[in-house]
Amino acid sequence: MFKFALGRLLQAIPVLLVVITMTFMLVHSAPGGPFSADKAVPEEVLKALEAQYNLDQPLWQQYLSYLGDVVQGDMGPSFKYPGRNVNELIMSGLSTTAELGFYAMLVAIFIGVIAGVTASMRPNTMQDYVPMTAAMIGICMPSFLLGPLLVLVFGIHLEWLPVSGWNEIPGDKIMPAITLGTGYAAYIARLSRGGMLEVLSQDYIRTARAKGLSEFLIISKHALRGGLIPVVAFLGPAFAGLLGGSFVVETIFQIPGLGRFYVQAAFNRDYTMILGTTVFFATLIILFNLLSDMLAIWLNPKLRQQVRGDS
Amino acid sequence: MAALLDVKNLKVHFHTRNGVIKAVDDVSFSVNAGETLAIVGESGSGKSVTCYSLLDLLPKPPAKIEGGTAMFDGEDLLNCSADRMRHFRGNDIAMIFQDPMTSLNPNLTVGEQLVEPLIYHPDKARRQDRAAAKLRAIDLLDEVGILDSERRFDSYPHEFSGGMRQRVMIAMALINEPRLLICDEPTTALDVTIQAQILGLIKELQQSRDVAVIFISHDLGVVAGIADKILVMCNGVAMESGKTDNIFYKTKNDYTKRLLNAIPGGPKTMKNRAQARNPLVEVKNIRTWFKDYSGSKTIIVKAVDDISLTIKRGEILGLVGESGSGKSTLGRSILQLVPTQEGTVTFDGTDLGSLSPRQLVPWRRRMQMIFQDPYASLNPRMTVFETLAEPLLYHGIADKSAVTEQVQALMDDVGLARAHMRKYPHEFSGGQRQRIAIGRAIATKPELIIADEPVSALDVTIQAQILDLILGLVERHNLTMMFISHDLSVVRYISDRVMVMHHGVLVEQGKTETLWAKPKKAYTKNLLKAIPIADPRLERARN
Repeated sequence: MFKFALGRLLQAIPVLLVVITMTFMLVHSAPGGPFSADKAVPEEVLKALEAQYNLDQPLWQQYLSYLGDVVQGDMGPSFKYPGRNVNELIMSGLSTTAELGFYAMLVAIFIGVIAGVTASMRPNTMQDYVPMTAAMIGICMPSFLLGPLLVLVFGIHLEWLPVSGWNEIPGDKIMPAITLGTGYAAYIARLSRGGMLEVLSQDYIRTARAKGLSEFLIISKHALRGGLIPVVAFLGPAFAGLLGGSFVVETIFQIPGLGRFYVQAAFNRDYTMILGTTVFFATLIILFNLLSDMLAIWLNPKLRQQVRGDS
Repeated sequence: MAALLDVKNLKVHFHTRNGVIKAVDDVSFSVNAGETLAIVGESGSGKSVTCYSLLDLLPKPPAKIEGGTAMFDGEDLLNCSADRMRHFRGNDIAMIFQDPMTSLNPNLTVGEQLVEPLIYHPDKARRQDRAAAKLRAIDLLDEVGILDSERRFDSYPHEFSGGMRQRVMIAMALINEPRLLICDEPTTALDVTIQAQILGLIKELQQSRDVAVIFISHDLGVVAGIADKILVMCNGVAMESGKTDNIFYKTKNDYTKRLLNAIPGGPKTMKNRAQARNPLVEVKNIRTWFKDYSGSKTIIVKAVDDISLTIKRGEILGLVGESGSGKSTLGRSILQLVPTQEGTVTFDGTDLGSLSPRQLVPWRRRMQMIFQDPYASLNPRMTVFETLAEPLLYHGIADKSAVTEQVQALMDDVGLARAHMRKYPHEFSGGQRQRIAIGRAIATKPELIIADEPVSALDVTIQAQILDLILGLVERHNLTMMFISHDLSVVRYISDRVMVMHHGVLVEQGKTETLWAKPKKAYTKNLLKAIPIADPRLERARN
């Protein structure tokens, strides 16, 4: 398993290099710059600023020196938050976003798997149609609609939950987690229904039934493991997506997370910040994909032995 | 005394979108303790549905039990609660399924699956703890002939061969001491030698435990040695039932006669067309090795290890061996479908190994392959026309304007109605699909055909038809053929000369009838001895 993971991490190096290069080129080819914002700046000041951040050097030199810094783990200074560097800024929002993403993931897995498994037990009956229709609605419902709806109903009308904030009032994490997790819950529901239907039609389920096992054991012990493999494969990209896609939810509920840096950086032409967040998310996506692949291998005894045999 | 299981007027219908299918229509039978009933019929005859309905294993809908009773020890199985049914399943009535490859859960250890019926026994008084259940399971593994059972208890199904998995299935079925054992084609997916062992094992266990057995098969030949009585089914209807000897020797029923006649047996009746001094294929010292990554260590599998052979023009060469003997790999190596390590394959004077893939193309049309599984080897998204026209157009044998005509001629040749030209593979039965696959193979007018188990996925009756079709085509088109099969009776019926393969090497070869009469090697003798004889009296005499 170690060898497998190491191999995958080595593969990640060229991927990250391409991500950095592409982003670097795109960012620098976009019109405008970090200091060409609303108010006009005197020529000398602009020159001085550009010199300070090495923007007066040729592009290839900027690229190389940026690469050198990134390799050492330094994402450079932010252009828009003077005196703070990108590493600091990302770290300041990360814990909040990660926590939000984690709760959203719990919501997504819990609701998604239960709905999907329930639906798969009696396909093409009401027990299937109801959760699957709900899942379809969940996929179609964007978070900028669902969030305000929840706020209106549970925050303002019923006054059960606080309408915004993070870690201030008990219960203020519930609505953001649900808003962010719903779309993923719906997707997981569809994946687990499909996976379970596939497994439930296998011969070995018939064997389990012929042995006299209860329906609960058949589902929980014999079917779930194989049936949830598509879900496991989805978890990696999903978690990375939750972290990168939390901007809307963070804005609705005024959560001091990572999302706002990501989006504001693009508007501000904050070159290092855009690059930094992009590289950071790319790394996360690679890592979480690796984790979910490793989990999928671990769940399959045949693959598990093969991977163990290799290392 | 009332029978252990007494089924009367069982009716099972499938309510599908295309109307009602009477899968089982008014079938009655009974089994006593210590007795074996064989239910025999082709696929679609309703034999499996009959048995699945006893344990409520049919998907409902579309299946619906429309009538009848199945009294098991005084209780009606067709009319009991789901909870009561769980008490029967696996405890009073156990089941063994056809395909041991798919009938065990690949994600759980064999041991875990073995002890389940005991530790989750619906009757709490008979429940055992895990440790006791494990001891019992290991005893049973010993009894069904699994070596090193204590260690194997923690292995996963994929670490067992097909025959071993079927033994595990049998042990699992026996763990709660059932009174009725239902075996659904338990040996159809297995080699002859393994089949003989499993049949012997079932018989032995039945006698030592006095259980009743229902044995489902499409092959009357297989059940001759183990059945006390036989029920013959066709299209959901019971054609005939009676004592085994009466069915075999005194039947008046046409369908039973057809089944009996279809059992391959006896020597080849067509004349040998081999041209003595005219080899078409010469294989010299060929080696095909693979790396196997599936175990804990990567090992080299010597699938084909130093084999030399010649196939004469017009000859049908039979190649027999058990699964894993390397016979399919040898066939593919000859056709250059897998890379070989060493050796040469000369086809009509040309060394095929020296040609680049591009240079090989014109040779490909002269040598074709027929595959085992007509369900998997035809592209489900291509119509019969597309499948048959593709090789014609690719090799430039027909142009667009003439291709329809040629495809029709091909369909006539392999006995498919022209009207089916625009249909897709799923609309055909297994036998018809194999006809399509054969049509595809002969489309390019090849000289050599390598047929890899072309009939082993088919029912006996269909098998006989396809064998006769192949023999006819060989004659009409002057084909040379290598016929690969694990079924010795089939090989005897079709081939002029036979080669026996075992663990990648050639054990023995010779003229078919000479080899049958006087096998030299012990391995060949064992293979021949394992063939079930479709004659109950001879079978009894042999044991």
